[in-house]
Amino acid sequence: MIEIKDLHKSYKIGKNLLHVLKGININIEAGELVAIMGSSGSGKSTLLNILGMLDVADKGSYTLDKVPIKDLDETKAAKYRNKFLGFVFQSFNLINYKTALENVTLPLYYQKAGRKERHIKAMQYLEKVGLADWASHLPSELSGGQKQRIAIARALAAEPKVLLADEPTGALDSTTSYEVMQLIQEINDEGKTILVVTHEKDIAHMCKRIVQLKDGVIIEDTKINQVRASEYV
Amino acid sequence: MFSRDSWQEIFDTISKNKLRTFLSGFTVALGIFIFVILFGFGNGLKNSFQEFFMDDATNIFRLFPGKTKIPHNGFKSDRLIEFDNDDLAAIKNNFAFQLQYITPRITRNYTVKYKHKSNNYGLRAVAPGHQAAEKTILMKGRFINRQDVVNKTKYAVIGRLIEKDLFNGENALGKYIDIGQRSFKVVGVFQDDGGDNEERFIYIPYTTNQLIEKNTDKVGQLIVAFKPIIGYEGAMQFEEELMAFMKKRHNIHELDQGAIYLRNVADDLEQNQQFGSLLQIVVTFVGIGTLIAGIIGISNIMVYVVKERTKELGIRKAIGATPRSVITMILQESIFITTAAGYIGLFGGIFLLNSLGDTLDDYFIKNPYINTGTAVFATVLLIIFGAIAGYVPAQRAARIKPIVALRDE
Repeated sequence: MIEIKDLHKSYKIGKNLLHVLKGININIEAGELVAIMGSSGSGKSTLLNILGMLDVADKGSYTLDKVPIKDLDETKAAKYRNKFLGFVFQSFNLINYKTALENVTLPLYYQKAGRKERHIKAMQYLEKVGLADWASHLPSELSGGQKQRIAIARALAAEPKVLLADEPTGALDSTTSYEVMQLIQEINDEGKTILVVTHEKDIAHMCKRIVQLKDGVIIEDTKINQVRASEYV
Repeated sequence: MFSRDSWQEIFDTISKNKLRTFLSGFTVALGIFIFVILFGFGNGLKNSFQEFFMDDATNIFRLFPGKTKIPHNGFKSDRLIEFDNDDLAAIKNNFAFQLQYITPRITRNYTVKYKHKSNNYGLRAVAPGHQAAEKTILMKGRFINRQDVVNKTKYAVIGRLIEKDLFNGENALGKYIDIGQRSFKVVGVFQDDGGDNEERFIYIPYTTNQLIEKNTDKVGQLIVAFKPIIGYEGAMQFEEELMAFMKKRHNIHELDQGAIYLRNVADDLEQNQQFGSLLQIVVTFVGIGTLIAGIIGISNIMVYVVKERTKELGIRKAIGATPRSVITMILQESIFITTAAGYIGLFGGIFLLNSLGDTLDDYFIKNPYINTGTAVFATVLLIIFGAIAGYVPAQRAARIKPIVALRDE
């Protein structure tokens, strides 16, 4: 599903060149649930941004679902993101003046789906995350866990190939975190490829594979026995 | 791009961000409103000005007799000059080419009486040409005519306010009034745009007045109208020739400045027109200034709006909005708000101007108005600049990487 070869990325900070990614090689198959771990500054967020086409690599190749991702302009990147990727952020990033339902319909709006179709699909995904009753509520009326579940519903609504989650539990307490992880596991069980960036070990162990990053290189890449989040809930 | 869906999205955004919508709408509405009001007041000022100065015909000279200052041809100085019927005839004969009409004006004051009511009014003994010179408008009846002058009839034409003062709502036409104990028949009632004073005059044939005053042949001042065809240059030349002609007739030294005064309305006209166009420039300047202030206002608001929405735009981009769709959304929204608010301001302003009417006459603002064309043009201009002002930050926002926008907590 994802193929990355010799990926390099550096940032200019003042006069210094900060080499963040120093040749990353990774293959992720369809249906995997991968945790990307690393301390801050290890380059895990940069890697996720490049995977998410929010940022462009300096060197190396990136193939997503057999489509080479290169020479991206903004418009092309937007279209790819909409087609291939769903995002879940640490800070949820819901649009605060739109209701839960409207937030979930938004990616479908940019896919130019019809009104009825948008509505039906969005309700479907709200039901999936267990928040159908909260459809008409604004994000400000929801708890953190609910917000994140809305964000997951939004990410799923576009029916992406890959779900990218950047510290999805970073702003949540542990009980809520496990609930969110349970949801992510369930979605993965249905066959969706998911990447989770996290620095929490217990969260990482709820995935099926852990990729450890340090100073811009992968130092460890192991498949593990998944811990089911339902055991904690 | 202009599908029902995108409008739906925009109305949704507008209705859920009321403060933002209100702020930008208010700026535009206020800008247009003030523009319309100021421009209207400017026009009102111009109207007052025109009423004050453009009341009389503009192709006339007024000749006033004075006293000589220089001894000449055996006459001493300090001699009183008087015009008479011969002067009238001589000017008619000698300047037939330039002359349109000539009328004397003998000014007197009389007690005028009708039944038990009486009052003092100014009397002007004139020839028929005077009607054109003063732009006297007849409400009913007729003005003094040639026949009256020849027959020295005791006919009078009275101002609208005299009829109001003395006749108590009765029709003055055909009634007899006493002017200084002599009975005159009212043959006409007039109105004049020159104001109340102009409507409290009585006109009678100048020959009748001469008869009353022991058959004198003096005529007071002379009003000479030239044919407009001769133009400004021709009028200046006519003025010179006329002055020389009159000085010669009355044995006045050619350098004597006191014996005959000549007031040329053409000169006044030019001055007045200059003042009028200065007013126009001031009005235009104020209008442009208001518009620029409005444009700056809407630009600020748009920059603020886009800044405030940076994160939202980042989210939209992360979930698939193209830069183009982001720009389109912001522009459509800003154009919609400025258009709606602009027209609210426009009609508010026009409505206020219309309802003011003549209530500000005391402040020299008469009948304030604005051309619909000018007002609509200003509104469209503000909409266009609002769009441009929105486009620049929108484009910048569309270029921002979502990752940067999302980091902006």
